[in-house]
Amino acid sequence: MIQMNGVRLVYEPSGAMALDDVDLEIHEGEFAFLVGPSGSGKTSIIKLLTGEVKAERGEISVNGFDLRRIKRRKLPHLRRTLGVIFQDFRLIEKMTVYDNVAFAMRVIGASTDAISKRVPYVLELVGLTGYEKRFPQELSGGEQQRVAIARALVNSPRMIIADEPTGNLDPVRSLEIMLLLGKINELGTTMLVVTHEKELVNAFSRRVIAIDNGNVVCDGMDGYYSYDI
Amino acid sequence: MTFNRIGYLIKSGIAGIFSHSLMSFATVTIVTACLIIMGSFSLLLVNIDSLIKGLEKENDEIVAFVNDSLTLEEAEALKDIISSIPNVSGAVFVNRETAMEAFQSDYDKGLFESLNAETFRHRYVIHLSDISIMGETQKQIEAVDGIAKVNAHLEYAKGFISARNIISAVSFILIGILIVVSFFIMSNTIKLATYTRREEIAIMKMVGASNAFIRCPFIVEGLVLGIFGGLLAWFAEWGIYSLATQRILGSAGAGLIKVVDFSTVSTPLLLAFLAVGIVVGIFGGSSAIRNYLKV
Repeated sequence: MIQMNGVRLVYEPSGAMALDDVDLEIHEGEFAFLVGPSGSGKTSIIKLLTGEVKAERGEISVNGFDLRRIKRRKLPHLRRTLGVIFQDFRLIEKMTVYDNVAFAMRVIGASTDAISKRVPYVLELVGLTGYEKRFPQELSGGEQQRVAIARALVNSPRMIIADEPTGNLDPVRSLEIMLLLGKINELGTTMLVVTHEKELVNAFSRRVIAIDNGNVVCDGMDGYYSYDI
Repeated sequence: MTFNRIGYLIKSGIAGIFSHSLMSFATVTIVTACLIIMGSFSLLLVNIDSLIKGLEKENDEIVAFVNDSLTLEEAEALKDIISSIPNVSGAVFVNRETAMEAFQSDYDKGLFESLNAETFRHRYVIHLSDISIMGETQKQIEAVDGIAKVNAHLEYAKGFISARNIISAVSFILIGILIVVSFFIMSNTIKLATYTRREEIAIMKMVGASNAFIRCPFIVEGLVLGIFGGLLAWFAEWGIYSLATQRILGSAGAGLIKVVDFSTVSTPLLLAFLAVGIVVGIFGGSSAIRNYLKV
């Protein structure tokens, strides 16, 4: 699923080292938290996994794609195997809930028939049945994040990468979103959640990968945010 | 690509115009304004060119004098030879009697009454298609057996040619600069319009849209805005030109100025406006999002 061996990432032209000799493996169907302070390299890992940046050194494979050698025109194919969720939801404000989710299917060329079957199913899964015609600004933060999750899920990705998905939400909504991500994981989708919310991580007893200064400093299956930042 | 998908892309492009109406309005306004400036300048040059051509037409005359030894019949027979020379658009034979009458009519009655027609030669008044090669044509006529001498106002021709060349060169440079500046302004306006939608493009990229899929609605949008701007500019140009020519023709010096009718330039102008609008729209639309497609 994800295989990183000796990965080094340097941002040009500043030459700033973002990741140095990172080894990481996440298996099919796994649920893992990626934790660490600001500037530790969490976002760099996401950028690497989604093909936004290329590693300077090392081997990196995601869902069978070799990201050191992937051609630019093949990147859309990689991204179709991933669902990405952001802290700021990134919904298109001029589109309804239905269209925001359907949009992700349309851009990969899904038929109208497939869209009309799949979108209501996914909206039901995230608890948004009846919200189809609403616009993002008419929804709460938690509801907006559910729309973003539905959009990430609608193309049946093999893996979901969530970058601080609860960063803009209150504790109750955060817990709801994490429970929803857990439910999606139980349905077979691999989940990588980037966060620095210690309580939330500790409440879930899942694998926790801690990163600091561009290095993996702790990788434990005990489910605790054991690395003290 | 299925019809369903093509239809969606076209629909998205057109929807983009309305969902970002303010930027669409700004784009069309800039495209229209630039085209009006370019069009007005071009029409001014077309009129100057037409004016010079008119003056050239009035000065395209060459007079070829027939050798004295030729009889009237032999002199008249030269017409076919002269007419067959390239660049000769017309040759009128004037016999010596008619030439004398014309000469006498230019002066006070009685002054040249004692003149004998034999003093004059038979001659041809020749009109040319292109006065820029008047010198060459003069030599060709002089080479005709039976022609004694050819009078041509080469200095006038040279003057007109220089004037036209200077005006053409200046026009090309100015229109070139205007086109470059207009392209720059128009494509930057489209880029600015696209900048407001970078988030939308980032989302499309993130869910796995191909670059061609992302680019297509922007090209459709640029194309529609370009065509609309071109049409709008053409109608505005029509109105401005009609108003300006009415003023000129109604002024005191109207008799001296001949204005080109809009109907004679309307089709090429419309085609030029549409072509520029389409090229700028497509080029602006596709180049504007190039930077956002790199990730």
